[in-house]
Amino acid sequence: MTHREIRVEALPRVEGEGAMHVEVTDGVLQDVQLSIYEPPRFFEALLVGREFTEPPDITARICGICPVAYQMSACQAIEQACGVSVDGQLRALRRLLYCGEWVESHTLHIYLLHAPDFLGFPDALQMGAQHRGALERGLELKRIGNRIVEVVGGRAVHPINVAVGGFFRLPTTAELTDLRAELLMARGLAAETVHWVSGFDFPELDVDLEMVALSHDEEYAIDVGNVASTAGRRLEVAGFGDLTEEFQVPYSTAKHARLSGTTPYLVGPLARWTLNSDRITGLTADVAREVGQAPTCRNPFRSIVVRALEVLYAVDEAIRLIDAYTAPAQPRLHVVPQAGTGHGATEAPRGLLYHRYSLDQDGLITAAEIIPPTSQNQPAIEHDLWRVVESNLQLPDDELQQIAETTIRNYDPCISCATHFLDMTVTRR
Amino acid sequence: MSAKPTLAVWKFASCDGCQLSVLDCERDLIALSEQVEIAHFLEASSAVSDGPYDVSLVEGSITTPGDAERIRRVREQSRTLITIGACATAGGIQALRNFGDTDAWAAQVYPSPEYLDVLGTSTPIADHVRVDFELRGCPIDKDQLIEVISSLLAGRRPRTPSWSVCTECKRAGQVCVTVAHGTPCLGPVTHGGCGALCPGYDRGCFGCFGPKERANTASMNRVLAAAEVPKSRRLRLYRTFNAGAPAFVDAVTTDQPREQP
Repeated sequence: MTHREIRVEALPRVEGEGAMHVEVTDGVLQDVQLSIYEPPRFFEALLVGREFTEPPDITARICGICPVAYQMSACQAIEQACGVSVDGQLRALRRLLYCGEWVESHTLHIYLLHAPDFLGFPDALQMGAQHRGALERGLELKRIGNRIVEVVGGRAVHPINVAVGGFFRLPTTAELTDLRAELLMARGLAAETVHWVSGFDFPELDVDLEMVALSHDEEYAIDVGNVASTAGRRLEVAGFGDLTEEFQVPYSTAKHARLSGTTPYLVGPLARWTLNSDRITGLTADVAREVGQAPTCRNPFRSIVVRALEVLYAVDEAIRLIDAYTAPAQPRLHVVPQAGTGHGATEAPRGLLYHRYSLDQDGLITAAEIIPPTSQNQPAIEHDLWRVVESNLQLPDDELQQIAETTIRNYDPCISCATHFLDMTVTRR
Repeated sequence: MSAKPTLAVWKFASCDGCQLSVLDCERDLIALSEQVEIAHFLEASSAVSDGPYDVSLVEGSITTPGDAERIRRVREQSRTLITIGACATAGGIQALRNFGDTDAWAAQVYPSPEYLDVLGTSTPIADHVRVDFELRGCPIDKDQLIEVISSLLAGRRPRTPSWSVCTECKRAGQVCVTVAHGTPCLGPVTHGGCGALCPGYDRGCFGCFGPKERANTASMNRVLAAAEVPKSRRLRLYRTFNAGAPAFVDAVTTDQPREQP
């Protein structure tokens, strides 16, 4: 009996701590595990007893890479519980802030975490020694994404300007004018990024899982939408908590999620593009056509192309939002707490992020539930890993490990989020 | 092979935001990589060199038996160990468990809590090993991070703020949110370094850089009580990202001003 085992005890270039284990006996794949050993921090428990105004600041700390997503889903859920709806220019500012996070987070993943896989480097800095222009372009684009978050949110990591009901202070016309000038530069860099990543070699893989994303009639859903899936599901955000069921596996500190307790599914750029790309017009649609990106995308290795297109869209959308902006009378709506339950969902860079809060009449939180994208994607990642490893067993261990790691990074897994995730081990017998 | 000093970045219980600040150095990141060899930084690179390391940056708090062991191994391999952020210096928001029942919390959050192996507390790195320098903030400020690394390379003490947020706010010429609007603000007892960001956005400081040295929280509590901030809200003010910092723990336990409705 021949036994082959590949273990990666600490997966690199992912956000957080995870491990991978692959076990092969007599040339047959026996087991694939993605284990997350990131220590749990119990956010849903520590939120109980806090005031309704606090979740935007507290839940931002679940993830330093996508804090805006947590702030936006939290605000929506609390505002719904209090019977308030934030729309008009306040909502436009929220979408602008969110565009900043998409640019910053996606660009981080494209240039610093994922591109080195396709070009054969251990990290972006070593990639930069041979692709200096590309690295500088990525860092500049990321900087401008962070600028959006700083201008609207006050700070790039854990923004301080997000309030239930809106913002603490509105950005000034001068701040938005300066930002717009940088965004015009970013638009060129983002278009170049799409062309650059489209030239990579992508292994074949066709995902056969259901895809879930928010969807909106008039726009590419980021901050607002109903839940939609490639299997034809359509529901309001309030129904999402009941649709998904979170469960645990012994080898991971992150919860997994399935639809109706049985169906694995995926969220994120592939799901968004496949469900919503027909809402994209103008420059991003033109560039997608130029690089031959179909209106649907089922190959997770091509997620880097979709992320690049979403960066371009977010930059363009940010410019549009600034051009259409007129300052609202007040930085935020007055929100009076009331007893009740509210649900919120937005499209974090890694996929749909759902929050639910119950409040008492004094505005104190009595229950909280948070379903982050990486928890939802864990079964899908293991599903992909199984297929990729099985079809590449002829490869030597180091090459098998490389393609397996890339398969995981296709999802830009955020382990800090999921634990509320990676190391690889391959065992061959 | 390389004569450059080696840098390692380590993660414990945290959100990744402070490590991200290293990558957020952007143009300075390329310059930094020319000055130091980034020898161990899992979030950024799959190339890992063995220790010992000249400088270790440590993010996150100690919350599991395994991590309590791992931090000792990191210390043994590090000539200089710098903690980055509120989790590493004070235990982070997850230190709220120090005041609650961790088993009950685990049962509340996880369907199968028996799969977890966690400690009942979230503690700062300095509770476990010797720390050479603490960089404050939730998150840290990237310019201060560059200053700390540059000062180490130059062999001098880092120039980082030792004053309070309140002092920074006055220097910035901002209107005091407590005096003008009665907004609760922890600026007088909070370590500077953010540039008094929140008061500049018309909100009170919520203490994300932790307590300043010799923070007069007794006086702070009297000011908050006078601004009609009830005791339950005063407690919540201190119990966020630096809840485990001794001065903020004391601020809650010694909070005895006359109760306001």
